[in-house]
Amino acid sequence: MPLNPEQLQDAYRQMLVIRKFEEAIRNLYQAGQIRGSFHPCVGQEATAVGGCWALRRDDYMTCTYRGHGQAIAKGLSVRAAMAEMLGKATGCSKGKGGSMHFTDPSVGLLGANAIVAAGIPHAAGAALASQLQKKDNIALAFFGEGAVNQGVFFETLNLAVIWKLPLILVCENNRYSEMTPSHETTSNVDTYKRAAALRFEATQIDGNDIETVYNTVEEAAIRARSGGGPTYIEAMTYRLWGHMMGDPEIYRTKEEVAKAKENEPIIRLGRRLIELGCSELDLTRFDGEAEALIADAVQFAESSPAPEAVDAFTDVFA
Amino acid sequence: MPTVTYAQALNEALREEMKADPRVFLIGEDIGHHGGIFRVTKDLIDEFGADRVRDTPISESGFVGLGIGAAMAGMRPVVELLFMDFALVAADQIVNQAAKLRYMAGGTVSVPIVIRAQQGGGRGNGAQHSQSFESWFAQVPGLIVVAPSTPADAKGLLKSSIREGNPVVFIEHKLLYNTKGEVPENEYSVPIGKAEIKRDGRDITIVSYSRTLLFALEAAEQLAQQGIEAEVIDLRTIEPLDMETILESIKGTGRLLVVHESHSNCGLGAEIIARVGEQAPDSLTQPARRLGAKHVPIPVAEPLENAVLPQTEDIVRAVEAMF
Repeated sequence: MPLNPEQLQDAYRQMLVIRKFEEAIRNLYQAGQIRGSFHPCVGQEATAVGGCWALRRDDYMTCTYRGHGQAIAKGLSVRAAMAEMLGKATGCSKGKGGSMHFTDPSVGLLGANAIVAAGIPHAAGAALASQLQKKDNIALAFFGEGAVNQGVFFETLNLAVIWKLPLILVCENNRYSEMTPSHETTSNVDTYKRAAALRFEATQIDGNDIETVYNTVEEAAIRARSGGGPTYIEAMTYRLWGHMMGDPEIYRTKEEVAKAKENEPIIRLGRRLIELGCSELDLTRFDGEAEALIADAVQFAESSPAPEAVDAFTDVFA
Repeated sequence: MPTVTYAQALNEALREEMKADPRVFLIGEDIGHHGGIFRVTKDLIDEFGADRVRDTPISESGFVGLGIGAAMAGMRPVVELLFMDFALVAADQIVNQAAKLRYMAGGTVSVPIVIRAQQGGGRGNGAQHSQSFESWFAQVPGLIVVAPSTPADAKGLLKSSIREGNPVVFIEHKLLYNTKGEVPENEYSVPIGKAEIKRDGRDITIVSYSRTLLFALEAAEQLAQQGIEAEVIDLRTIEPLDMETILESIKGTGRLLVVHESHSNCGLGAEIIARVGEQAPDSLTQPARRLGAKHVPIPVAEPLENAVLPQTEDIVRAVEAMF
């Protein structure tokens, strides 16, 4: 069932939270409060929210280091995520995982991965577990088009089809693999055609339109849950910020980015909400609420204790 | 006690654990009706069906990765790699993923997976089918590494590995599969992390495991004829290492030789000898020695392979040189 107007409002608020989460991290990063690297998902919020909201809480999900938004949309606590960014003991990984490894199995989030295609087989394995356990929960893997040239991408696609796994693969095609235009390094950059060649149900959609994303993933979820096998969805989107902090972005023009901003998912959903009867004032209120939620998360993270040195030696084994 | 082969003992362990725990399932190449190239999974598909004994394509990263995902979602996969050499094809999944996912998640997930493979030389399988990687795996925090030498230990340790709840690299040896030994009839398991003294002796401690453990025992018999009584320790588990048993033994013997089939260079022998130096610097009356594969790829022709891999006579000579 498509998202109703009220759900669309909620989705808008969720997307704002994700956007402001990344904005807050940029500020903290620039202030020297964050260690390691940070790969923002700004501009890609519709795939995160549309994809995750079409799943159940007990469905499994894996993603990559550009997965802050997806993790939050799946249900990861914003406070725990922010605390993890700041390396605090209250973080979702107690400061051991950081920006690239958000995990929370209680909401089905099996982990974000720093190897771009490595989480794809994990989602497929969770789907296999569900199939073996005769349960009806399914698994979804998010990854970028930069992942489709790693071998394990093909290996998992093949296994998913031959075993008819309850699996959804969502490729966020944001047109750049790290700092290089994908078409320069990828033969046939319409990645869904690769999946189709392996007999996947495969489609390419507008990934900046949350309603399209939601409807497509929901349909795939119904198919997966009813034993119909896996689906590959290539969601065309655009990364508005650099690959990571410090990316000089010499691979694209300012004009291109400015043009992409006209098509970015939050502005688009805002316009849609106005059509559906929301006022500008409503949108401003949603903005303020998201701002407050993130401010609370930052406050929580900043006031949380750092882990003790001895904590480095726990959680290796179960 | 019934006498069975190493391969049969492993087969029994898999059958018993699959019977006892519906979460246990097997994936790997040719493990179904073919029964595995060394017959370790023989007939299991008939008893448990193709869902739980899953033949895979030649796609090591893919099916090890699926095993990891299934493990995180509550299953107990036992993944078979045809040759340990192919672990390198799946190295990202084993080293970057299985070993680290729990830690990176702050302990919120666990990865109860067993990755089984046979390794080692002696059969002329060449440089890409004869390697021994236990020292590599032992260097990766988050992996348990097991390498039994007898049928009884193979069965008991495989059962413990499946029940372990953490990633275990379970190392078999291609030339051990047809060796025979007594295996207890009743339910039993062998604890991970415990070495065993396979032969008592007062003059020197020989530490080994997997196939070279058998060579060490042969060497000990030959040395006994010259009046040198060697104590032979079978490590059984490579990581975590049972230093206690080693240190206790060298207290009595004062001499230590470590023998393994993996390359000497930066190998387990170096690690054990370093730890002895750190933990019991005064226990040895002679400098400790190690014996492993020489630093070249494993060749095919028999005289070449024998020159590279440690043989019984090499152990005898190494010990003699310490007296």
